[in-house]
Amino acid sequence: MALPQTKLDATEERLSSLTLPEGGWSGAARKDALARLREYGLPGRRDEYWKYTRPDTLVQPGAPRAALFDPGEAPVFDSIDRLKIVFVDGVFDAGASDDLSLEGVTIERLAEAQSDLHWAQSLYGVLEVKGQDPVQRPLAALNTAYATDGVLIHVTGKPSRPISLIYHHRSESSDAILHHVIKLDAGAEATILENGPAAARFNKCMEVDIADNATLHHVRTQGRDHERRAATHIFARLGTESVFKSFTLTANGVLTRNECVIELTGDDAVAHVAGACVGDGDFHHDDTVFITHDAVNCESRQVFKKVLRNGATGVFQGKILVKPGAQKTDGYQISQSLLLDDDSQFLAKPELEIYADDVACSHGSTSGAIDEEALFYLRSRGVPEGEAVNLLTLAFLAEAVEEIEDETLSEEITARIEQWLIRHAG
Amino acid sequence: MLEIKNLHVKLEEEDKQILKGVDLSVEAGKVHAIMGPNGSGKSTLSYVLSGREGYEVTGGSAELLGEDLLDMEPEERAAAGLFLAFQYPVEIPGVGNMTFLRTALNAQRKARGQEEMNATDFLKLIRAKAKELKIDADMLKRPVNVGFSGGEKKRNEILQMAMLEPKMCILDETDSGLDVDAMKLVSEGVNALRDEGRGFLVITHYQRLLDHIKPDVVHIMSDGRIIKTGGPELALEVEQNGYADLLAEVA
Repeated sequence: MALPQTKLDATEERLSSLTLPEGGWSGAARKDALARLREYGLPGRRDEYWKYTRPDTLVQPGAPRAALFDPGEAPVFDSIDRLKIVFVDGVFDAGASDDLSLEGVTIERLAEAQSDLHWAQSLYGVLEVKGQDPVQRPLAALNTAYATDGVLIHVTGKPSRPISLIYHHRSESSDAILHHVIKLDAGAEATILENGPAAARFNKCMEVDIADNATLHHVRTQGRDHERRAATHIFARLGTESVFKSFTLTANGVLTRNECVIELTGDDAVAHVAGACVGDGDFHHDDTVFITHDAVNCESRQVFKKVLRNGATGVFQGKILVKPGAQKTDGYQISQSLLLDDDSQFLAKPELEIYADDVACSHGSTSGAIDEEALFYLRSRGVPEGEAVNLLTLAFLAEAVEEIEDETLSEEITARIEQWLIRHAG
Repeated sequence: MLEIKNLHVKLEEEDKQILKGVDLSVEAGKVHAIMGPNGSGKSTLSYVLSGREGYEVTGGSAELLGEDLLDMEPEERAAAGLFLAFQYPVEIPGVGNMTFLRTALNAQRKARGQEEMNATDFLKLIRAKAKELKIDADMLKRPVNVGFSGGEKKRNEILQMAMLEPKMCILDETDSGLDVDAMKLVSEGVNALRDEGRGFLVITHYQRLLDHIKPDVVHIMSDGRIIKTGGPELALEVEQNGYADLLAEVA
């Protein structure tokens, strides 16, 4: 079907502000992605998949200005022994980054991997293409075509430290496009951390291939810059008995759309994707998740919790697709919002599509205020009202945070949320 | 200790007067019991004293150690030394029992200008108190009251009372939902807290609880007023004859 002229124009206008990198081995994938993007057109306000989130500022040619923000606290994960890879407004910062060698893993930069043949060739844009069906994700195609850098991580063993991607935002109008490819060999295990606002506008794509019996932990925080915008995609493919656990904390940010597309292709695989977000005022956060069960006895969990106040908006679009033959599927999906006032809103679209007859899938979505009974109970024991509200808010978010397996990391995340709540009390 | 004078209270939502002039004075070191039929206003009295929303005081006063209770927030009343053991303790998923109690204890200490209790001392204290109430370590770690049996919830109330060491304790139908053994355990917990400097107000339907927690004074409440006050024998009279005779006598 031909695209409407307005959409064609918008897409070409955006593309005219970008340059397609040459990119050796990735060149073909980039050209394909560009063709794909031209076929889809960039997201528009009338697209069903963008019904609750206006894509305008994510697709316009230049990044809307985003004021720099000094969080006034030590960056998250600072106390954790990790391998640091730093990007400033989407540009690799060699001086601030660690040496990229670590036992059990090879790490290269996308911009530097110039050979004609590369292991990442079998994944770059490949998982993204698979994730374009049945729902198109044009911003991911744009990313594959135009990504200026990123990291290619090949995990062959069990690296002793987490690999930490740190994204700084230092220019008010930066427009960053990064694309990471992560491949875990059979039996490998790694932890990937991400933190920081990255740019005024950040388009990030992460393709993850987890082979049989491999495990990937992913924990990210998206930076507290109030005016930053981000559209991110995770495309993950899981092999037999593999595990993928991803958690995202979003505090602030005028606009965030996090898409996560997971395909369970091997039996007994486990995928958990969780998110906690806290928004106050000019805040729009969208979690869009699509999990496909295409193997027997797999487990998937989607746990998304949102705390919203002063007109903040939360969106959840989550789907579990169980393909024919994916028996013994255990699918769970919960999306909840805690609305701290009457001005905030939560829009949820939970979906189940099941073509197998021996499955257990459940989903729930709720919106509510602080439990007055619990609040009075706490206060009657001497806990001041503000503190009691924070305690209950943390408790509300706990189910999502508990999806982080590593205790040090989950405590770090909890502490960050606690600080945010104290700053945004009342 | 607790001085209630001519207290009038109505429901905020509807124009319904619940308390119609309650006079009550609980001295330090004494246990007062309030008995009365359903709907007489016993629980309302406990809620109003602890500061629950939804009630409007239309007259009278309530003071704790000379301080105007009705003018305080619930947390201020707690810091001033008031404690209500709930008839239906609230479940709070996601908040650990231990975290809850430590937050409460330190909030009260802070409000009173005392130093906060450190984690080690707190742990020692709570373990000792929990042991007396046969509350195991697992119950301390679990979220507040979540999945607790009726008996466990009430024991948890008494544990909180023991930890917070209030001056004035109100027990709202603490016997409801308890079997004989649990009632004994809870009563022992309460009795252990009886002290020269502490007052108790025990609200109950039945004499049963008062066999274990022996009151000094018994009040009968009906239709928003205290209609009769006497010694422990008054509770026995109710047990034997019901409220009907008493009500008739006053009318």
